[in-house]
Amino acid sequence: MNIRKLPVKNLERKPVRTAMLIILTALLSLAVFGGTLVERSLRSGLTSLETRLGADIIVVPASAKSQYDLESILLEGVPGHFYMKKDYLDKVGKIEGIEKISAQYYLATVTSGCCSMPLQLIGFDPQTDFTVKPWIRQNYSGELGEFEIVIGGNINSAVGKTLKFYNQSCTVVGTLARTGTELDNAVFATAQTIKALIKSSEALGLNGQTREDPEQIISTIQIKVQEGYDIDDVMNDINIHITRVQAVRTRSMISGVADSLAGTAYIIRVLIAAVWVLALVILFAAFAAMVNERKREFAVLRVIGTSRSRLARIILAESALVSLLGGVFGILLGTAVVFPFSNLIESKLGLPFLLPGTGDILLLAALTLAVSVLVGAAAASYAAVKLSRVDTGLILREGN
Amino acid sequence: MILNAEIISKKYMRKSGEANFFYAVRETSLALTAGSITGVIGRSGSGKSTLLNMMAGLLSPSAGKVTLDGTDLYALSDKELSVLRNQNIGVIPQGQTGLDSLTALDNIKLPYALYHNDRQIDDRADELLHAVGIAHLADAYPSELSGGELRRLAIARALIMQPGIILADEPTGDLDDENTATVLGLLRKAADDGAAVLLVTHDADARQYADVLYRMDAGVLAEA
Repeated sequence: MNIRKLPVKNLERKPVRTAMLIILTALLSLAVFGGTLVERSLRSGLTSLETRLGADIIVVPASAKSQYDLESILLEGVPGHFYMKKDYLDKVGKIEGIEKISAQYYLATVTSGCCSMPLQLIGFDPQTDFTVKPWIRQNYSGELGEFEIVIGGNINSAVGKTLKFYNQSCTVVGTLARTGTELDNAVFATAQTIKALIKSSEALGLNGQTREDPEQIISTIQIKVQEGYDIDDVMNDINIHITRVQAVRTRSMISGVADSLAGTAYIIRVLIAAVWVLALVILFAAFAAMVNERKREFAVLRVIGTSRSRLARIILAESALVSLLGGVFGILLGTAVVFPFSNLIESKLGLPFLLPGTGDILLLAALTLAVSVLVGAAAASYAAVKLSRVDTGLILREGN
Repeated sequence: MILNAEIISKKYMRKSGEANFFYAVRETSLALTAGSITGVIGRSGSGKSTLLNMMAGLLSPSAGKVTLDGTDLYALSDKELSVLRNQNIGVIPQGQTGLDSLTALDNIKLPYALYHNDRQIDDRADELLHAVGIAHLADAYPSELSGGELRRLAIARALIMQPGIILADEPTGDLDDENTATVLGLLRKAADDGAAVLLVTHDADARQYADVLYRMDAGVLAEA
C-alpha cells in the first residue's frame, strides 16, 4: 500500500465517473486546441498570401481586368492567362516612384493528353524578379534552367521527376512549402521556359489567347514602389498616363480575404469562448458533485489522520490525472479533425488555410495541456476548499 | 494515555443570530483511562456522536478543551493534530467507512501508509485480519463485504497503529447478535491490551462490556 497510488486507484475503481470527467476535459482541450489551430491556420494563410504578394502594384491588360477574376489568378493561382505587349514594361518603368519592376508570364495547362495535369504555369524573369525568387529560394537555392520547374506544395510529383506540358517535358528541381492557397497547385519556371511552352501550346492549337510572338508579350508587371512615394499615387499615375492597362493595388485585392478571415476568426473565438464557459461551468459542477459524493470517503481519510493539505493533494492529483488524460485526448481528437480535413476546411471557408509549423503546433498542444490541467486543478481546488471548511465530525454525522 | 474532555460543549445555530441556537452537547467533562472501556449510551440524537467527534479532534467544541496527556488537541495545527490522531487515536466511525478503491487489506494498512513508505506493517495487518476474522477477504473490496465484515474492517483499521485511545461510534449498529458479540469482544481485548476505549452505543448489550457507563440525554452526560 502506497499512499501515492491512492489517486490512481480511486480513478481506476470508478471508471464511469473517471471517463465522464475525462470526456469533459477532452471537450475543453478540443475547443482550445482545435479552435486555436484553425484560427492560426487561417492567419498563417493570410500572412503567406501577403508575403507572396511582394509587389505593391500589379499591372494587367485592361481587357483582363474585365474578363477575369484577377484576384483568383494573381493571388490564388487559379489557372488562367492573358497577355499584353512587352512595350508596356518600358512605359510603366518610366513612371516616377518605381523601385523595382518585373514582368510575369502566365499559361494555363489543359486536361488533354499533352499535359500531365491542369494547373497554372507562372514564368518570371530571373534578372529582375523580386516576388517569386525570394519565395522559391526558401526551398530551392539554385538557378532555374530551361525546362526546369519548381512545383507548388500540392502537386503530386517530386524532385527529379518530369512533368509534361504541351508535349514538352519539364524537370522538377524543387518543391515549394505550402501556402494554403491555389498557388500550391501552380508551377514556376523562368520566362524563357514559359515562352517555349506558349509556343508549343500555339503549335498544338490549344492557346487561343494570342497570336503574338511569345518574345513580345507579357502577362503582368509587378511593381515595388520606392520608399517615400505613395503607392496610390504611383498606381493612379500609371492608370492616367498609360492606356490599355490597369494598375491594381495588391493590398486591396486581399482586403476581401482579410475581412472574411477577421469575421471567421471572430466566430471561432466566440465559439471557443462559449465552449469554454460551458465546459468550465460543467467541470466546476462535476468536480463539486464528485467531492460532494465522496465527502464521507474524504472524512474517513481525515479520521485516520490525513491532514487537510494532504487531502487537497490527493484531490488535486486525481484532477491533474483526469485533466492530463482529457487534455491529451482532446488534442489527439483536434489533430484527427483539423489535420486530415484541412483541405475541406479551406474549401468550405473559402479562405487560405496554412497549418502552423510543427514547433508552433507542439507549443499550442503544450499550452492546451497546461490550460486543461490548470482548469481541472482550479475546479478541484474550489471543491476541496469548500470541503475543508466543514468539520469532519459534521460530515460523518450527515451520512448517518 | 489519558484523553480528557474538560467542560466541553457544542452549540449550533439554527438560523443566523445568537438567540436562536441549541446545544448538541452541554458542558461535559469525561476522562478516558488506559485499560478500560467507557460506555456512553443514549437515544439517537442525544449528542453521543458529537461528544465522540469532539474527543477525536474532528469537531471543534464551542467551549472547553480536549487534552491528550496534557496536550490541547485544538491548540495544535491541522497537520500536528492529524499526525497525533494517526498515531494515538483509533476512530471507528458509524456506518460503512471502507474506501471503495482499496482492498480490505489496503484499507487496514492505510493509516500506516499515510506517514510511512515501507512494508513493516504487513505482518501486523495480517494478524489483525485474522483477529477480526476476515483474513479470507484480504483482497476483497468494501462493496463485496457484509455490514459485519465492514465493521470488523473498521476495527482492524483503527487498531493498526496500536493507538492508546480507541473511539468507537455505534460499532454494533445494524449487526446481528453474533457479529455484535465479535465486535464488542474485539474492543474488550483492545482495552485489556491497554487501550482507553470509548464505546458510544444505543445497544443495551454493550453494558456488559463497559467498565464505566454513562447515559447521554439531550446533550447532558450523567452516570448510568
